[in-house]
Amino acid sequence: MKKYILRRVIISIVTIWLIVTISFFLVHVLPGNPIAVNSGKILSTETLDKLTEYYGLDRPLSEQYLIYMKNLLHGNLGYSYKYAGQTVNGIIAKTFPVSAQLGLQAYLISIPLGFLFGIIAAKRRGKTVDYLLVGFSALGVSVPVFIVAALLQLIFAVELKWFPVSLWKGFSYTILPTLTLALGSIAGRTRSMRTLMLEIVNEDYVKTAKAKGLSKAVIVWRHQIKNAVIPMIPMMGMELVGILMGSFVVENIFAIPGIGSYFVTSVQALDYTMILGLTVFLGVFVVIANFIVDIIYGVIDPRIRVTK
Amino acid sequence: MEPLLNVEDLQVSFQTFAGEVAAVRGVSFQVNKGETLVIVGESGGGKSVSMQAIMGILPMPPARIKGGRITYKGEDILSKSDKEMEKYRGKEFAMIFQDSMTSLNPTMRVGRQMTEGIRKHQKVSAQTAKEIAIDMLRQVGLPNPDKIYKRYPHTLSGGQRQRVMIAIAISSKPSLLFADEPTTALDVTMQAQILDIMNQLKKDTGASILLVTHNLGIVAEMADRIAVIYAGQIVETASARELFFHPKHPYTWGLLGAMPGMETDKSTELYSIKGTPPDMFCPPIGCAFAPRCAYCMEACRKEAPEEYREENGHSTRCWLLDERAPKVEAPTAVIPKPLLNEEEVQ
Amino acid sequence: MSIVTKKDFVMVRESAGAADSIVRPSESFVKSVMRKMRTNKAAVVTFSYIILVTALAIIAPLVSRYEFDMTNIMDGNKGPSSLHWFGTDAVGRDMWTRIWVGARVSLTIGLFGSIIPEILGIIIGGIAGYFGGVIDSVTMRIIDVGVCIPSLVYITMLMLFLGGGPVTIIAALAMVGWMGPARNVRGRVMQFKNREFVLATKTLGGSTGRLIFKNIMPNIMGQLVVNITSGIPAAIFMEAYLSFIGMGVQSPMTSWGQLSQAGAAVFRIYPYQLLFPGVIISVTILMFYIFGNCLRDALDPKLSN
Repeated sequence: MKKYILRRVIISIVTIWLIVTISFFLVHVLPGNPIAVNSGKILSTETLDKLTEYYGLDRPLSEQYLIYMKNLLHGNLGYSYKYAGQTVNGIIAKTFPVSAQLGLQAYLISIPLGFLFGIIAAKRRGKTVDYLLVGFSALGVSVPVFIVAALLQLIFAVELKWFPVSLWKGFSYTILPTLTLALGSIAGRTRSMRTLMLEIVNEDYVKTAKAKGLSKAVIVWRHQIKNAVIPMIPMMGMELVGILMGSFVVENIFAIPGIGSYFVTSVQALDYTMILGLTVFLGVFVVIANFIVDIIYGVIDPRIRVTK
Repeated sequence: MEPLLNVEDLQVSFQTFAGEVAAVRGVSFQVNKGETLVIVGESGGGKSVSMQAIMGILPMPPARIKGGRITYKGEDILSKSDKEMEKYRGKEFAMIFQDSMTSLNPTMRVGRQMTEGIRKHQKVSAQTAKEIAIDMLRQVGLPNPDKIYKRYPHTLSGGQRQRVMIAIAISSKPSLLFADEPTTALDVTMQAQILDIMNQLKKDTGASILLVTHNLGIVAEMADRIAVIYAGQIVETASARELFFHPKHPYTWGLLGAMPGMETDKSTELYSIKGTPPDMFCPPIGCAFAPRCAYCMEACRKEAPEEYREENGHSTRCWLLDERAPKVEAPTAVIPKPLLNEEEVQ
Repeated sequence: MSIVTKKDFVMVRESAGAADSIVRPSESFVKSVMRKMRTNKAAVVTFSYIILVTALAIIAPLVSRYEFDMTNIMDGNKGPSSLHWFGTDAVGRDMWTRIWVGARVSLTIGLFGSIIPEILGIIIGGIAGYFGGVIDSVTMRIIDVGVCIPSLVYITMLMLFLGGGPVTIIAALAMVGWMGPARNVRGRVMQFKNREFVLATKTLGGSTGRLIFKNIMPNIMGQLVVNITSGIPAAIFMEAYLSFIGMGVQSPMTSWGQLSQAGAAVFRIYPYQLLFPGVIISVTILMFYIFGNCLRDALDPKLSN
C-alpha cells in the first residue's frame, strides 16, 4: 500500500510539473506581444515598453520561467493582462467557489441517483422500469449538455416559471444548472452500474452466496453492490473532469460567473497569464482529484494493494 | 428405504440468443443417506447444471426447469419458493464449487464470508459465529486459522482457498454436500488432500455427498455409486465397484480408458472417444452418443435406447444390451489392469 | 412401440469419428458477425440511419440552391418554409445547407478523431512492446503521466497554437486517445513475443515483426472496430462541445457544434435554430452509440448473454 501511494504521489507531482512547464513554454513562445493584443487600444511604444517591463516580459524566457515557478510555489499565479490590476488568484478566488458549488451539487446528486438507477434497472431487467431507465440513460449520454440546458430553461423557467432563467443570485438559481450538469452524469453512471450489476449476477461468488442460503436482499447489498461499485471508483475522477468541462457550457448558458466562463473568455481574448494560470489551476485540481480517487480505490479494493 | 434425494426426469434448458439449449434432458438419480454418488461426464454434459438446479441457484432466466421432480427427505423442493429454499441452502445442502478463486468474494475477508452463513442458519452471536468459523478452518486442516480468518481470498493459495470453500460449506453441518469438480483447479497432492477432507467429513457427520467430475480416476476411492452422464442424460448407473469392473456403456469405456494412470498403457490407443459432444441446440434423434460410438448400430441412429436394469442396481441406456444386439465385451484394456482380479480389491 | 427392428442391430463401424458431421456448420468469424448484425433490427436501423446521414452530408450541399455561407440579411431568422426547409439564421443563411455542410465537418471529425488515436496507439504500443527495454519503459512512463493530464490542458494549448478548427479538435483527440490502445497492444505484443514458435522463428533468423503483426492484428481487430465505432460519437460530442464554448469551429465555417452555439444564443426567440442541429446531433450520437453496442455484442457473444 505504501508503495502504491508513493507511486501515485510521484506520478502526480511529475504530471503537475509537466502541466506547468509545457503550458508555460507554449504560452510564451506564441507570437505577438500579449500586452498589445489585450489592451484593446493602440498603445504608444513607450507605454508598451513600460508594461512589458512591468509584467517582466523583457527578461529571458528561462528567467521568466524560474520566476513563474517561484511564484507558483508561493501560490501566486500572476496578473491578468486583460483585467488591469486583477491577479489571477483574485479571479480564481472570486469565481472558483461558484463553479465548485455548481459542480459539487451536481456531483452529489448524480452519485446516489446514478447508482440507484443502475441497481434498479439491473434488478428489474427486462421490465418496464428497466426499459425506461435504459432509455433515459441512452438519451442522457447522447444529448449534449447545451440541448438539455436549453430545454430545461424553456420548460421550467420560461414556460412554468418555477425557477429563474439565468444568473446566480441564490439557491433557486442553482437548481436548473445543477440538474443540467447532473443529468449526463446520472445517465452515464446508470448505464455503467447496470452493466456491472448484470455482469456480477453471473459471478461465481454470487452463486456461492446464494448457496449459503443468504436472502436476495443480502446478496444484492453485501455481495453485488460493493463489487459493482469498486470498478466505478476510478471512473469518478474522469467524471469530475466531465462535470468540470460541462460546467463551462452550463455557466455560459445560464450566465453564471464561474471559472469556466472566465477560462473561455481568456482563451478567446488571448489573455496569456490568465490562460496559463487557469490551466495550471484546473490541471492541478484534476490531478489532485484523481490522486484522491486512486487512493480511495486502493483502500476499498483489497486486490489493488498487493498487485500494484 | 426412502432416498435422501430423489431426482426424477429433470429437464433444464437455457434460453440463449441463438435459441433454446436442452442442457439436461431427463436426468434421474437417487442419493441415499450417508452415500457418495459421483456423476461423471465430459464438460457440457449437464452435470453442473443438474446440481445447480437441485440447489436452486441456477440463474433463471436464462435457465428454465422444464420438467421433472426433485424430492429431498420426501419433500418436493422444486415447488418451494425461493424464500423457502433459503432454509435449505447452506443448511441442508451446501456446495463446494470448482474454482475457488472466483467462487469467493474477492472484496470480503474470509471470516465474514464464513460467518454470514453461520449466523443465518445457526442464529448465534457474532462472537460464537467467529469461534465456529475458526474451528471449521482448523477442521479442514488450515494452519493458523485465526490468521486465515482475517485474510482476503486472493492472498491465499489455491489449496487454501478450496479448504476455505469446504469450511464454508460444512460450517452448518449439511446433510447433503454438493461438490462441483472440487479438485480440478488443484495439483495432484492437493486433490488427494481435499478428497480426504471430504471423506473424513462424511465419516464424521454421516452426510451424503453428490460429486460431479469429468475424471473417473480421482473418485475411485470416494464413490459408493457412480452415474455416467452424457449429453444431458444418465447413460449408466451402478455401484462404484460394478461400474469399474463391469462397465456396459461404450461411453463409460471411453471415460475409463481416459483415466489418469492408464496413459502409459496401450488402452488409450485401443479405446478412446473421438469427436466432440453433440450440439445441444439440436439434440440428435437417436442415442446422443451414437455419432462418436465405435459400436454404433442402425438402431442407435433411429431411436434413443431404453434403460436396461439389472438386479444389482446396474442400469444402462444402450442398445448393445438388447437381446437382438451382437454381444460385445468391454475392451479389457479399460478395466483397471492392476486390479483385474475383482476379489483382490475388496 | 419401438420402430427398431431386428435388422437394425448391425454395427456401422465407419460412423465413429463422424461426429463432426452433425455439428452445426461452423461459420467464419466475420461471417457470423455479419449474420448477427443483419438479423439484429437495432443494428440494421442504426446502420441505415448512419448511411442516410452520411449520404445527405455528401449530397445535400451539392444539390442545394444555396451556398452554406451565402448571406441574405433581408431573409434573416425566417422559420422553416418550402424555400428554406430548416429556416435561415440571423444573416439569412440557409440552415438546411448549413446543417449538411456542418455534418461533413462533424462526421469527418468523428471519423478521424476516432481512427487516428487508435492507429497511433497500435503503432506506439506495437513499437514499445516489440523493442521492449528502454523504449518500452520510456513510453510507459509517458503514458502514466499522460493519462493524468486533463484533456482540457491539451485542448487549450492546441487551441492557442493551431487556432480553433477541425484539425485542432482531431489533434486534441489524438493526443488524449492514443494511450489506452497503446497500453493494450503493448501488453499483447509482449505476451506474444515470448511464445515458443515466435522465439523459434527468431532463432532461425526469420522476421518476427511480421509474424507478430500477422498474429496480433486478428486478435485486436474486434476490439479496434468496437473502439472506433464508440469513438465516433465521442469525437462528434467533443466537437459539438468545443465549438459550443467557442473553442472549436468558428463561423462562417460551420459544424453541428457551431450551429448549436449560434442557435443557443437566440434560442428563446427562434427555437428552431437550436432545435434542428440539436436534434440531429443527439440522434446521430444515439444511433452510433446503439450501433456500437450491437457491434460489440456481435463480436463478443459472451457479453450479449
